[in-house]
Amino acid sequence: MSTTFIEGSIAVAKTVGVCRPHVISAYPITPQTHIVEHLSELVADGEIKAEYVNVESEHSAASVVLGSSATGARTYTATTSQGFLLMIEVLFNIAGMRLPVVMTCVNRAVSAPINIWNDQQDSLTARDSGWIQLYAEDNQEASDMHLQAFKIAENKDIMLPVMVCMDGFVLTHSFDPVELISQEQADKFLPPFKPEYYLTPKNPLTLGTMVGPDGYMETRYFIEKTMHASLQVISDVAADFHNQFGRFQGGLIDTYKVEDATLVLVAMGSIIGTIKDIVDELRAKGQKVGVLKVRSYRPFPKDEIYKALSHVKEIGVVEKAVSLGYGGILVNEIKSVFYGKPKTPKINGFILGLGGRDITADTIHQVIKETVKAASEEKFVGLNEALIGGK
Amino acid sequence: MSTTTLTAPKEQSCTLLASGHTACTGCGEALAAKLVLGAAGSDIIVTDATGCLEVFTTRFPQSSWEVPFIHSLFENSAAVASGVEVALKALGRQNEAKVIAQGGDGGTADIGLQALSGMLERGHDILYVCYDNEAYMNTGVQRSGLTPFDCMTTTSPCGELSWGNKHNKKDMPSIAAAHGIPYVATASVAFPKDIENKVKKALSITGPKYMQIHSPCPLGWRSNPQLTIKVAKLAVQTGLYPIFEMENGKVTKVRKVTTPKTPVEEYLKIQGRFAHLFKSPKGKEEIQKIQEIADRNVEKYGLA
Repeated sequence: MSTTFIEGSIAVAKTVGVCRPHVISAYPITPQTHIVEHLSELVADGEIKAEYVNVESEHSAASVVLGSSATGARTYTATTSQGFLLMIEVLFNIAGMRLPVVMTCVNRAVSAPINIWNDQQDSLTARDSGWIQLYAEDNQEASDMHLQAFKIAENKDIMLPVMVCMDGFVLTHSFDPVELISQEQADKFLPPFKPEYYLTPKNPLTLGTMVGPDGYMETRYFIEKTMHASLQVISDVAADFHNQFGRFQGGLIDTYKVEDATLVLVAMGSIIGTIKDIVDELRAKGQKVGVLKVRSYRPFPKDEIYKALSHVKEIGVVEKAVSLGYGGILVNEIKSVFYGKPKTPKINGFILGLGGRDITADTIHQVIKETVKAASEEKFVGLNEALIGGK
Repeated sequence: MSTTTLTAPKEQSCTLLASGHTACTGCGEALAAKLVLGAAGSDIIVTDATGCLEVFTTRFPQSSWEVPFIHSLFENSAAVASGVEVALKALGRQNEAKVIAQGGDGGTADIGLQALSGMLERGHDILYVCYDNEAYMNTGVQRSGLTPFDCMTTTSPCGELSWGNKHNKKDMPSIAAAHGIPYVATASVAFPKDIENKVKKALSITGPKYMQIHSPCPLGWRSNPQLTIKVAKLAVQTGLYPIFEMENGKVTKVRKVTTPKTPVEEYLKIQGRFAHLFKSPKGKEEIQKIQEIADRNVEKYGLA
């Protein structure tokens, strides 16, 4: 297998291309643009046989793929930040209609103030939408996740949309060596999309009916049930991928030096790579630290996380988003993993890197120190003291 | 998907929009939709915006649609239809069905205008049908961009300082035509054969087509449900709802108004939504303004 030195966005676009999507629709927004530009080039050059639909908004991009998916087509879209928020109404609709659309959410901060740099506030805002959300650590994983995403979404027992989340600029615009997936390999891994139900005069179905108090709740119940079932499917698809390609970036979660660790940081996305470096550095000094990557955020793999962390004394949850008026989002969910369990570790939450604030080795060192030192609490790390009154 | 799909009982109905739906008595929109489907035939896929039509035809677990139907949201019927059309192409199934997008006046001319503009501009082979009942009827008769001048709605009430809707009806057919599309037509439920002919003609043309059908809403217009056809006919005969075809941007055919011309009072006085204009002497001046709108239409489209 050959490795190509390639920009993250281009690697993702090429992978989406070999997944043989029938319809791609997108609206340009930084830093998602390179992905959709490259896909439109692949279509223009005849390298992939897909309909590429330029639309007048993200709302319509999502609506186009919704209509195409309901007609039996394999579909893809990508967006970020404000575009993602504009799409949200349709995202809930796609999940509610059980359409296996795959999209990339390039993670970017949300306005106001306008900021084009990376954090994960956008996708986390749609955590309750019924989309499966997978977070990529690096460009190899981001690329590979898209092939896996179609297989998960189109599984007859799942039929839910999947969102691959990758950090804007940090991943999308960085060049890395990536093992690209060939058409032959993709075809071997991903069977053609053959939905059981789709719009055709041969079998006239009514989709998107009005459902009253007598039936609405059951639609939610079924999605929730399917989300739980998808825990196994996500693991299985990751294992299948490992078997065919020899690469494994984790199923629901991934762990790095967690087995004997007393202190573990928990995070999602590209920050995992930075943390791994610090873990190696501290391990060399004899400190028993590790890192746990939440790869599948929805469905949330409670049991796997508990199993991996039940022996740990101190947990630091590091996240690039905030639920204003509550605090950290992921930390809340990690705390809930330990509710009712015999032993509860000390769990601290750290909000950092918002709006592209640099996350350095020093930032992670500070987080680890605070995790050891403090009682359970949540704090912002890396604030500019001059801007907050020099406290 | 099994929880959100169902099939209509085919053997029980003879039209493509099965009876037994929950539209109000005298609903112009139900009649218009039935005529559109009848003319289009069964080899179609239809999309619909949120609104009365979707609500009264698809209450789970029943459906009136004997053709493949999808409702997604309020403002995206045109974009969903675009997705259906490109999917048929991408799957090599383009000969399987014609695509018809539907929406009410709010879902078309207000909240759905952007998606519709995108659909028209991109050249999709879709017939978009706007059922124009001149207000947001499904939510309780609020004003839309296609509500006529001086019309009373629940958000454009008449009062000491108000004669109702302050603005003129948005010229949606011209907006559609400005996209350079091959076919634009207006129609009225008062003239069923005309609707059928126009739907057939539209579907024979490749590319985006726009049709706007005047569809009285007895509930919102506060008109007698028995008079739906009469009300609709008067809108056309007075010149207030010009009926025409535009091919490649040019008006090619119109339905003439009556001679001698029917004064707009004849149309206005049988609808509660204009009743306030008849309650004070000053209302006469307002009716005169509405007459001028009709006169301008007659001149603009050559309806005399």
